[in-house]
Amino acid sequence: MGAMRVRTALAAAVQGLALALLALIGSVTLFVLTVVSIVLIPIGVGVFTTPAVLGLVRAHAGRRRLLAARWAALRIPAAYRPFPVDPRGGITGRVERCSLLLKDPAVRRDVQWLLVDMTAGAVVAVLAPGLILHGVFGLLVAAGLWIPLADAENGPYWYAFVPVEGWGTGTLAGLLGLALIAVALWANTALVRTHFALVGAVLRPGREGELEERIGRLTETRHDALDTSAAELRRIERDLHDGAQARLVAMGMNLGAIEALVEKDPARAKELIAKARESSAEALTELRDLVRGIHPPVLAERGLGDAVRALALRLPVRTEVDVELAGRTGAPVESAAYFAVSEALTNAVKHAGAERIWVDITHAEGSLRIAVTDDGRGGATVGGSSASDSASGDGSASDSGSGSGTGLSGIERRLGTFDGVLAVSSPAGGPTMVTMEIPCELF
Amino acid sequence: MRVVLAEDLFLLRDGLVRLLEAYDFEILAAVESGPELTEALAELKPDVAVVDVRLPPSHTDEGLQCALAARRARPGLPVLVLSQHVEQLYARELLADGNGGVGYLLKDRVFDADQFIDAVRRVAGGGTAMDPQVISQLLSRRSQDRPMGKLTPREREVMELVAQGRSNAAIAERLVVTERAVAKHTSNIFGKLDLPVSDDDNRRVLAVLAYLDRG
Repeated sequence: MGAMRVRTALAAAVQGLALALLALIGSVTLFVLTVVSIVLIPIGVGVFTTPAVLGLVRAHAGRRRLLAARWAALRIPAAYRPFPVDPRGGITGRVERCSLLLKDPAVRRDVQWLLVDMTAGAVVAVLAPGLILHGVFGLLVAAGLWIPLADAENGPYWYAFVPVEGWGTGTLAGLLGLALIAVALWANTALVRTHFALVGAVLRPGREGELEERIGRLTETRHDALDTSAAELRRIERDLHDGAQARLVAMGMNLGAIEALVEKDPARAKELIAKARESSAEALTELRDLVRGIHPPVLAERGLGDAVRALALRLPVRTEVDVELAGRTGAPVESAAYFAVSEALTNAVKHAGAERIWVDITHAEGSLRIAVTDDGRGGATVGGSSASDSASGDGSASDSGSGSGTGLSGIERRLGTFDGVLAVSSPAGGPTMVTMEIPCELF
Repeated sequence: MRVVLAEDLFLLRDGLVRLLEAYDFEILAAVESGPELTEALAELKPDVAVVDVRLPPSHTDEGLQCALAARRARPGLPVLVLSQHVEQLYARELLADGNGGVGYLLKDRVFDADQFIDAVRRVAGGGTAMDPQVISQLLSRRSQDRPMGKLTPREREVMELVAQGRSNAAIAERLVVTERAVAKHTSNIFGKLDLPVSDDDNRRVLAVLAYLDRG
């Protein structure tokens, strides 16, 4: 316990020293550069330097956010406004970029924070190593260091408020040093935490910023959801139009012909009856496939677990499905999760060349968690096409190239509507692990 | 032969009743929901039940659940399950008790009246009638396995028909060969897959299905 406390206090002292250096060197320099750069805007130079300097400031603040998470388990979210997707070139683009940056409340908070960091932040941080160093110095004074420090000309040596002029007062200084060390043991971690609390207080986006971020996200996912469902409806319409509908028309025509032929040419009529029956069977097959694509029957009948099991049974690859769900989720989540798993499985079979696949489905801490792991060749990414696809490069990019990349980003968009997230770990050579998490309740 | 029928859509129920009556089946009851089906199966003791997977009131797999429960209460009660879609998962559950007397077919199979009636009779007699789609899915899953690779294309064809639950006579007629040729093929298949040989048609089907469903 005691050794532990000493170790954490010393660690906090080192952290405090590092933070103080960052604040006194980094923040001071950046603040000066920022002020100079902004002052230079009217004469033009600042327009070019400001974005660069603010970029450095952002990196500086980002590092402190990272340290806050690592050293004090304090999460300080960043809420910078995104830049327009297609920035304009030339001078106008530069000016626009510069003014956008300066109008961003998050950037303004960064600059304010530089000021706080180089003053209050630095003081709080430097206290942690300072208490220990000064305490140790007090012990040294008591041990005899007072002799060269205090002499007849300058009078006593003042250790804090103790005038040291002999062994007696030297011992007093030593006791005070011990007290300082005791305080350090007790307060060092709190000091570092206070520093980060200060960082958080200035950098954390206000309620307005949080709401703004949320609205941005909602707008984006709503667009995606509407796009997806519109595309789905278009696909269903086209499939019905070209498939079942056309077959029913053909059947109706055949029946008309049969009616006319049944007495004149019974043999021919019989032939047409067979054809009509064939058309109806084909129409049914097409409708069945279509239904499976809209909402698989097993999903409606049994829920996510058995629907994924049934899906796994259709795959040509050995697939283990492990489901631990104490109930069913809402139908929309169920459906999104099912199609996400389906897409991940398709990728594993088609693109990764997997020989075995594992699917794990659980519900914990208010989220549905799904992991799809395969032993394939890996290299899948969310954004673009997978490494394995580009490596094969056989020119048939229309099929394989568009597959895995757009598939995964499609899943991501689809899950986004439910505030769900997707993560892909897929080093070249495999294995690939696709994890999904969707916040939802079980019923 | 006495039948209990469960199908919630009036048009289909009506069509099935007419079809079965045309082939001299006696319809004891034609019901439209799960609870009614359970009651009819317990009280009327039919020779065979023809059941739609999806039934009210839950509109989930209520028909299948009722059929499975009835078979637990009366092992071997012949049940032919009809569905708009076939799933290996459901086929596996129906076959799990190893008692035979089960059928699982797509509703489309009703179009071919002779084949459908044949399937009902087979199930009523304690045999098996699995939809060709279920069997072809199973076969394609197992096609990379080494023992399966040793089968000739003809033997595969025979195996597919055996798995659907057809007798040697029916297979011979279908493939336009003699019954003796079919018997030879089946004994080859059983040898290559290392399955226990049995003269009983039904045991034979279940062995093949269990083999296909393994792993």
